[in-house]
Amino acid sequence: MLELNNVEVIYDRVVLVLKGLSLKVPPHSIVALLGANGAGKTTTLKAISGLLQVERGKVTDGQVIFQGEDITNWDPEKVSRKGIFHVLEGRHVFEHLTVEENLLAATCLRRDRQGIKEDLEKVYSYFPRLKELRRKIAGYLSGGEQQMLAIGRALMSRPHLVLLDEPSLGLSPLLVSEIFHIVKEINRRERTTILVVEQNARVALSVADYAYVMENGRIVLEGEPEKLRENEDVREFYLGLTPEGRKSYREVKHYKRRKRWLS
Amino acid sequence: MFWQLLLTGLAIGSIYALVALGFVLIYKASGCLNFAQGEFLLLGAYVALTLVTTYKVPFLPAVILTLAVAALAGLVVERLVLRPLIGEPVISVIMVTLGLSALMRGIFQALWGTDTRVFPPIFPQEPVSLGGVSVSAVYLWSLGLAVLLLLLLSLFFKFTTTGIVMRAVADDQQAALSVGISVKRVFGITWAIAAVVAAVGGILLGNINGVNASLASLGLKVLPVVILGGLESVPGAVVGGFVIGLIESFVGGYLDPLVGGGLREVVPFVILLLVLLVRPYGLFGEEIIERV
Repeated sequence: MLELNNVEVIYDRVVLVLKGLSLKVPPHSIVALLGANGAGKTTTLKAISGLLQVERGKVTDGQVIFQGEDITNWDPEKVSRKGIFHVLEGRHVFEHLTVEENLLAATCLRRDRQGIKEDLEKVYSYFPRLKELRRKIAGYLSGGEQQMLAIGRALMSRPHLVLLDEPSLGLSPLLVSEIFHIVKEINRRERTTILVVEQNARVALSVADYAYVMENGRIVLEGEPEKLRENEDVREFYLGLTPEGRKSYREVKHYKRRKRWLS
Repeated sequence: MFWQLLLTGLAIGSIYALVALGFVLIYKASGCLNFAQGEFLLLGAYVALTLVTTYKVPFLPAVILTLAVAALAGLVVERLVLRPLIGEPVISVIMVTLGLSALMRGIFQALWGTDTRVFPPIFPQEPVSLGGVSVSAVYLWSLGLAVLLLLLLSLFFKFTTTGIVMRAVADDQQAALSVGISVKRVFGITWAIAAVVAAVGGILLGNINGVNASLASLGLKVLPVVILGGLESVPGAVVGGFVIGLIESFVGGYLDPLVGGGLREVVPFVILLLVLLVRPYGLFGEEIIERV
């Protein structure tokens, strides 16, 4: 459904962030993109949704292909009209609007009132909490509620592909698993394809059908979640597990092993 | 005397509120101060005047036509002048609106000259008596129309998708882009609405004071209004408009005779200075929502 081929992204004509990244997202699947801070995960999503342009970034090489069409460097509006919807890192709800207004704002491309009403109910059925809060100002919601709102807002446009940027940011472990559970539900029931970027590898691997690990603007590892979970490096760097069980961070010599990942 | 001043103050204040509203809309949507707001006022006044006097169009159709022209002018200005500047520093955009104001003023002078022109009598000439206070009908009409328009606009922002989308863009541009809102289109609509409300203000003021280039200086008067109300606040623009209108009216009535006149022109800017010193965000400046 979505394919990135050797994508290279440069910010401000100077800073090279993605150095030939390729990945594939098959239809109706959940694909996880893991990696440490600054690996280029968010940039990858922005390269797909077109939001790079607003930050003076550009895809300078390679292509982004969506449903057989080359959408490299398209305007964000045009990309969202194709059915790609980007849930930004840090939620970015419209703070001074109510919950319901937030959801309605995402329907501006649609004209079918009846359908909008149905979708509103659908979002409330996934997130009953939002229904209770529908008249509240979004800025005063808790972090978890805002994240639910951000995902609900994505559903309102009936997307084919949702780009989910770090939904676990700043949330309690319980909320994180609840939100991922709902994401899985949405994927199963609506057949929505999801590309999720996460630092929390454990929870991301638990819902994903396939996963990529990024480092320094490149994919360094990929595979089924089960396979990745068994990979020694992933276990140590992303899940905090070693053959001897948990290990003190004082003894970890990351740089030695990671060196071979950074070419 | 008091009631008379109160009513004229409210009427003028409602017009200030309208013009300030356009100013605030543009600021909220794009973070840009539009120094050409006064020229849009002038545009409305001149177009309506020309339609009524030269082409003998009846007043109401003339107003509707004028509003259409104003909306179009707003769209064109946004498309030609502002859109190429998206992503440029705000200060450059502000300088461009200053340039735009000079340009528009020049064009108007070339087209309509510099003499003060008067609208043919449209509103009834004999003053209306309200519980012993006599006010000229123009003021009452202005007040009524401005309040009606303010109400319509607030309903628009609350209940229509376009209105909600406009507020969404004002709130968070990046998020708006990510949910597929066309920010460019919203900017266009914002400028069109700002131009339309300014044109209404221009027509009303033109009926009260006559039309000449000095009408545009009202665009400057709007600055104290929006600073007082808070630059990002729509209700602030409305309250600020009425407050400044009333203060001007009372100062003009009670203090001007004592000092020999002219004070009413100065007082709004004195208030501007005081507000900037004491409460730089204005009365209703953006409430920054912070969760603790």
